[in-house]
Amino acid sequence: MNYAELFRITLPETILEVAALLVLVVDLGLLRKAQLQTRLAVAALLGVLGCVAAQGALLLAPVTGLAYPGSSEVVLAAMGSTAVAQTCILALTVLTLFLLINSDFTRNVGEFVAVVLMSATGALLIAAAQDLLIIFVGLELLSLGLYILTAFAKSSGASAEAGIKYYLFGGMSAAFLLFGFSYLYGVTGSTNLHTIMLSFYSANAALASPLLYMALVMIAAGLGFKVAAVPFHLWAPDAYEGAPAPAAAFIASASKVASFALLISIGTAALHAFDGAQASTVMSFHMSCCPQKFVPGFMPGWSKLLIVLAGVSMVVGNLAALAQTSVRRLLAYSAIAHAGYMLLGLAFYSYTPRSEQAILYYIFTYGLTTVGAFGVISVVEKATGSDRLDSFLGLSKRSPLLAAVLLVLFLSLAGIPPLVGFWAKFNLFAAVLSVSTSKMALGLVALAVAMSAVSLYYYLQVLKRAYVLPAVDDRPIAVHPTTLLVLVLIAAGVVALGCFPAVLQNWISNFYAGM
Amino acid sequence: MLAWTIYLSFAGALAEALLPKGKPALARALALAVAAVGLVLAVVGFATCAGHGRVTIADVPWVPGMGIRYTLAADGISLVLVLLTGLAAVAGVLFSWNIDERTNEFFAFYLALIGGVYGVFLSFDLFLLFVFYEIAIVPKYFLIAIWGSTRREYGAMKLALYSFVGSAMVLIGLLASYAMSGGRSTGLVELAHANLPVNAQMWLFPLVFVGFGILAGMWPFHTWAPTGHVAAPTAASMLLAGVVMKLGAYGCLRVAMTLYPHGMDPWGFSLIGIGSWRDVFAVLAVIGIVYGALVALVQSDFKFVIGYSSVSHMGFVLLGLMTLNQIGMTGAVLQMFSHGVIAGLLFAIVGRIVYERTHTRQLTELEGMHLSKRLPFAAWVFVIAGMASMGLPGFSGFVAELQVLAGSWKADPWWTGSAGVGIVVGVAYTWRALQKAFFSDMHAEAHVHEHGHELAAITWPEVTGVSLLLFASLVVGLYPRVLLDAIEPTVKALLAGGVQ
Repeated sequence: MNYAELFRITLPETILEVAALLVLVVDLGLLRKAQLQTRLAVAALLGVLGCVAAQGALLLAPVTGLAYPGSSEVVLAAMGSTAVAQTCILALTVLTLFLLINSDFTRNVGEFVAVVLMSATGALLIAAAQDLLIIFVGLELLSLGLYILTAFAKSSGASAEAGIKYYLFGGMSAAFLLFGFSYLYGVTGSTNLHTIMLSFYSANAALASPLLYMALVMIAAGLGFKVAAVPFHLWAPDAYEGAPAPAAAFIASASKVASFALLISIGTAALHAFDGAQASTVMSFHMSCCPQKFVPGFMPGWSKLLIVLAGVSMVVGNLAALAQTSVRRLLAYSAIAHAGYMLLGLAFYSYTPRSEQAILYYIFTYGLTTVGAFGVISVVEKATGSDRLDSFLGLSKRSPLLAAVLLVLFLSLAGIPPLVGFWAKFNLFAAVLSVSTSKMALGLVALAVAMSAVSLYYYLQVLKRAYVLPAVDDRPIAVHPTTLLVLVLIAAGVVALGCFPAVLQNWISNFYAGM
Repeated sequence: MLAWTIYLSFAGALAEALLPKGKPALARALALAVAAVGLVLAVVGFATCAGHGRVTIADVPWVPGMGIRYTLAADGISLVLVLLTGLAAVAGVLFSWNIDERTNEFFAFYLALIGGVYGVFLSFDLFLLFVFYEIAIVPKYFLIAIWGSTRREYGAMKLALYSFVGSAMVLIGLLASYAMSGGRSTGLVELAHANLPVNAQMWLFPLVFVGFGILAGMWPFHTWAPTGHVAAPTAASMLLAGVVMKLGAYGCLRVAMTLYPHGMDPWGFSLIGIGSWRDVFAVLAVIGIVYGALVALVQSDFKFVIGYSSVSHMGFVLLGLMTLNQIGMTGAVLQMFSHGVIAGLLFAIVGRIVYERTHTRQLTELEGMHLSKRLPFAAWVFVIAGMASMGLPGFSGFVAELQVLAGSWKADPWWTGSAGVGIVVGVAYTWRALQKAFFSDMHAEAHVHEHGHELAAITWPEVTGVSLLLFASLVVGLYPRVLLDAIEPTVKALLAGGVQ
């Protein structure tokens, strides 16, 4: 590894960092006297340009990974899933920055945008990382940024509370994760994902030691926190409720994509570590997938853990969402449920790219929808001063277009065709069943489908207030034209991608074609 | 060309949503135009395609990677139901002529619902069928919750959740059959030829049948139907009873029975005479027929009478399907059409013509209103529609129910005997409602003055709508060949293709 190579492969990350610094310089240096709205617009625009430039660099980047000198151990990968996840992260970051327009929760605009971009850098690193150290550094870079963003509304007590809760939970889970990593390293002697996975299959008796299973549990706990899976979800409702809208949208979208990209890397490494001789045996095990005691390797234990997390998240997330009166908390619990569906996809992970494509599709479209939902919420909050269910009363009269956007986004989250949320679910569950049609798999898919039927109830609670119940306040809501345009485009995207699901699917699988 | 019924309805829905507010006349005219053109397309499509087996309308890859195709086709059964949808759509617009509040939104949801229904009847790809099926659910919720009456939010939510639970069951079935058949195609024809393992069909069949059956008002999952019908605005209850319940029955036939024929095989043991899922559902159908009729007999709300009568009549459809013979299944499809027309008519009389003028649906209050004198049109139309509903010869209901009963006799005479009780009770509840609402209290002239004001005159949309539906029921009743020529060959092909 030489520095030129390192620079070339981390060019997108570097560009984001440069953009972050540039935003700081411009905002703090040149625009100190300017109006808040001007500063917001300039900072957001610079951030967007940074993301676009990073995306350009990503397209030009070499498709080979980066390895340690004198070793075949890849540190940063440039695989199909990496490129897709990184593109999604950048796209969602751009949308998040658009939400910043016309907001007024802070005067430290430059810092906010800079922290968003730095977190996005962490997210990009995680998506590509194949090495425990890089994974940890990336996660911390992302997480520290998210803690700051959550607590960014300095005048709001809720924001500070959410920030400290998020930070405490996050710090603890990072400790768990690091603890698990240390066991992995101690037993296998490597920090490389593929080497570790390979060690799991070796005949070495020491490897069957309970330490590894300890490590698995610790890692599942650490990553479970990142994706807000039950029982590591407690931070999510508070963070979603207290954080400023753009920060909450970023946590719910780009950060989620990064975490799931990491889980995908782990799954892929676990299944592909033994490419060649052992592949067929493991495949046949996996096809009959009921995690069995005697099968060696990483995947059986991991699958079991993920199945538990997935099942519990789907049930708890959906049932808890039923009782919410704050739309942000409702979205937080629905996010937990959606994480459950995706974990199901990871638990029944296919040897072919089918599963990872389905999960990437899901997480991207989910992120898109959620950013839009937070956009609508932030507008409503600004007009009514609260995100309670009742502040959506009469939205269809007050702003028909905004109500229509909300209708599309929430129905998509509930999985109603022809919106993209339905297709994402169908694709994901079909991928699960393509791995296994055992009773376990069928039962879990049935549970997931049943739970998404439950979810319609709470999404309808919001839509009912927007469309059905009488308004308490008839005054029209003024929406900033840029915000409205972005929201309408997101909604149009949700409809279009749902009607032509093959477009995005082909786009994703094209990234795999050259690999 | 039939595909345009779908596109036109969705385009109409979009146009209505974009119409400027406060122009109800324009919204109505547009909706009527869209619905009428849809009906014309349906009639022309019926005339050109009937008797030609399965006619493919469109067939293009939709998601090539997963073998999902955009396949629209029509066979005899689809054509009959598309025709019914066209009739119900036009009649529904005519009976919604008095909607003044948020008119364009009403028709936007209304036309979206119609588009979804057309789509279901014309889809020959299970994935596509499911998409249209779900598209039809959401507008129903808003139609009832916004424009409905009695306990509308409760009725709307109950309806939406029941429908969604049903469609979740169907979705599980769809995913499982897709995966088990190798994940190559979701086409109905391909899946039917995939020869799914018999033990899988044994659990898939009841799962999917019940999933669709919920929407068809199958006892004991029917409870959404009466509350939903009562809460809904007139046009929505007409559509609910007229076509949406048919979506369920159609799904039972087109999906559950066609894809999982072995699900109806005997279990190998029998419990109190029930030895297969087929027996289970036939018995549930018979219970639905009798139960619906008996409950209709004691209702005090006029609309609940019609609501429960729908449960009873839909029981005939399900019973007909479970006979698994030519005459019974033909009768079931004919009954779908017949009930769609007649229930639409009854709901129109109760919900629009009577309720909008008297502002009550309580039979005890209507008793004193002397309606046969004050609303002779409504009274006489209800007499005719009631006769059609009872199954008097000359109307479509007679032919349909006769065939179902004949078919069920071949399958199991006990079913016929029990269902016959339902017909007798059916006469009783219709008679009771008729007498109480229109013809009681003939001598009490005083009551007329007590209620003071004159009832508004019957309007032209009402007359047109009533005539349209009555005409359809009479034509089919007097010359059932019109539809039977389309239905019979299709049922024969289905039976030969392995439903049995």
